[in-house]
Amino acid sequence: MAKTKKAIRHTLGDRIFLTIDFFILLVLLIVIAYPLIYIFFASFNAQVTKMGLSLIPEKWTIQGYKAVFEYKFIWSGYRNTFVYTLVGTAINLFVTICCAYPLSRKDFKGRGVIMVMCMITMYFSGGLIPTYLVVKDLGILNSMWSVVLPGAMSVYNMIVMRTYFDTQIPQELLESAQLDGCGNLNFLKSIVLPLSVPILAVVGLFYAVGHWNSYFNAMIYLTERDKYPLQVILRDILIMNTVDPSESSMDLSILQSMEERQNVMKYSLIIVSSLPVLILYPFIQKYFVKGIMIGAIKG
Amino acid sequence: MAKEKTKKPRKTTLVQGIRREIYKNWSLYLLVAVPVIYLIIFKYVPMYGVQIAFRRYQPVYGITGSPWVGLEYFEQFMTNYKFWDIIRNTLSISVYSLATFPLSIVLAVLLNYIPFRKFQKTVQLVSYAPHFISTVVMVSMILQFLDTRNGLVNVLVTTLGGEAINFMGRKDLFYHIYVWSGVWQGVGYSSIIYIAALAGVSPELHEAAIMDGATIMKRVWHIDLPSILPTVMIMFIMQCGSVMSVGYEKVYLMQNSMNLEVSEVIDTYVYKQGLTSTMPKYSYSTAVGLFVSIINVILLVTVNTIAKKASGSSLW
Repeated sequence: MAKTKKAIRHTLGDRIFLTIDFFILLVLLIVIAYPLIYIFFASFNAQVTKMGLSLIPEKWTIQGYKAVFEYKFIWSGYRNTFVYTLVGTAINLFVTICCAYPLSRKDFKGRGVIMVMCMITMYFSGGLIPTYLVVKDLGILNSMWSVVLPGAMSVYNMIVMRTYFDTQIPQELLESAQLDGCGNLNFLKSIVLPLSVPILAVVGLFYAVGHWNSYFNAMIYLTERDKYPLQVILRDILIMNTVDPSESSMDLSILQSMEERQNVMKYSLIIVSSLPVLILYPFIQKYFVKGIMIGAIKG
Repeated sequence: MAKEKTKKPRKTTLVQGIRREIYKNWSLYLLVAVPVIYLIIFKYVPMYGVQIAFRRYQPVYGITGSPWVGLEYFEQFMTNYKFWDIIRNTLSISVYSLATFPLSIVLAVLLNYIPFRKFQKTVQLVSYAPHFISTVVMVSMILQFLDTRNGLVNVLVTTLGGEAINFMGRKDLFYHIYVWSGVWQGVGYSSIIYIAALAGVSPELHEAAIMDGATIMKRVWHIDLPSILPTVMIMFIMQCGSVMSVGYEKVYLMQNSMNLEVSEVIDTYVYKQGLTSTMPKYSYSTAVGLFVSIINVILLVTVNTIAKKASGSSLW
């Protein structure tokens, strides 16, 4: 990335290349950014169906947001997603550390066997129904555990973490700790983990965003509406178009503006549901990049 | 026993060795027990449960108590009138997606040579962003933008004098919509790994090439691409290994009664047959899922072997 400080003089061919390069990237920038900005403004537009291509609304409104927050299941969905993300990520990190740390220890016998055991699950799985039957037999259907437990560890993330432990924690630390009579658990807790905050953040974020955005497991395993996470509620409203009128105080008497309202509500809903990730995104972006790069080292 | 031990202290049997090892590192085994138990319950028990594909599974009899029917369900799937449709749809979507695979490499190269730092950072920041949008929101954005009457794209089409297109109802457009919305969402993020690989290319090679008067195009072709080839191969093999399992979460949300003929893929079919119908066909849909898994594994091994022979890079 940083090796652009080469010869200042470019040949004609290089200048043509760089010009084309610049314009391609500019077009890409617009194509990616425009829809995102459009949604943001559309969520405030009182006449969203007549919006066309223009961005800035003629008449601003917060009707969409009002409708969203008056819808009962948005709140329960938000709360559920928050809980599932928090509990899920905590479980993910715990299981991942428990797996990654012993595997990073060269003196740990059986690391080969356990590594193979993990790798197999990356390429082969029992599939949807057998997994469903296990969840059912455990008696955790329609509970939070059915959403957070089946994916308690991602082998990919575990490898990323193991690679970090492997390369960033000096072997001498372990040796001197052992000489001082420090046990493995103590060493992990008071030396390895404090030194690994960056990777814990990266892997934690990978998991948390995954939980926040997932809908499929919740859709399969949960049956009661007030247990649904936000994404399943969103699916009902945005894709299935089922807003239960009795649940919302949307004024049904004005049929003409119904479509208008529904549309602006959809845009508002997209913003509201993506907001936490959108706000965090610029800050967490570099951690994700770092995580992918650590993963790439292992290959 | 104790006497014997004092006589030959060096010689230990396997059992003693294991015992000593566990005694020394018991806490590591305790830690690793957590993921092992997790893997066994949620990954290996389902793998054991896959045998219901060969049985007429009834919950009352349990997995091993249900009668063995052999390949009956596989035959049932392969002779189903939808079989070829589903296979064709699945392959079309995944091969089409696979064909857009080089785009993220191109993006990485383009970003790598752009001399304006600020601009480069902005493009990166913006192009990674769509990756963080959830599938549900992504699909609803597609539906909003492609809406026949008010959608952004149709407004553009009608402004240019064209006729509004019912995008989601057109069978011939489904794959394009699926794949290109996927490119929109993923091209930036999947370029990260190649950007990292390009940053690792030795600067001396470039300096030497510049001295020899090589243009950027030449350097990309003769230095950058060969250097990042191992990374590219690994990513390509991984993609090939999942050719039969397309992003069913997105496909499922994009399905409607008008496009179902081209949008039903194996995974959505498995889900519908197994869990949503009033008479859940557990065994049948497990068989279909297993069929896919086997093909995926065969493809992965094949591609991996070829890649190993041809370029020396492989997954294992």
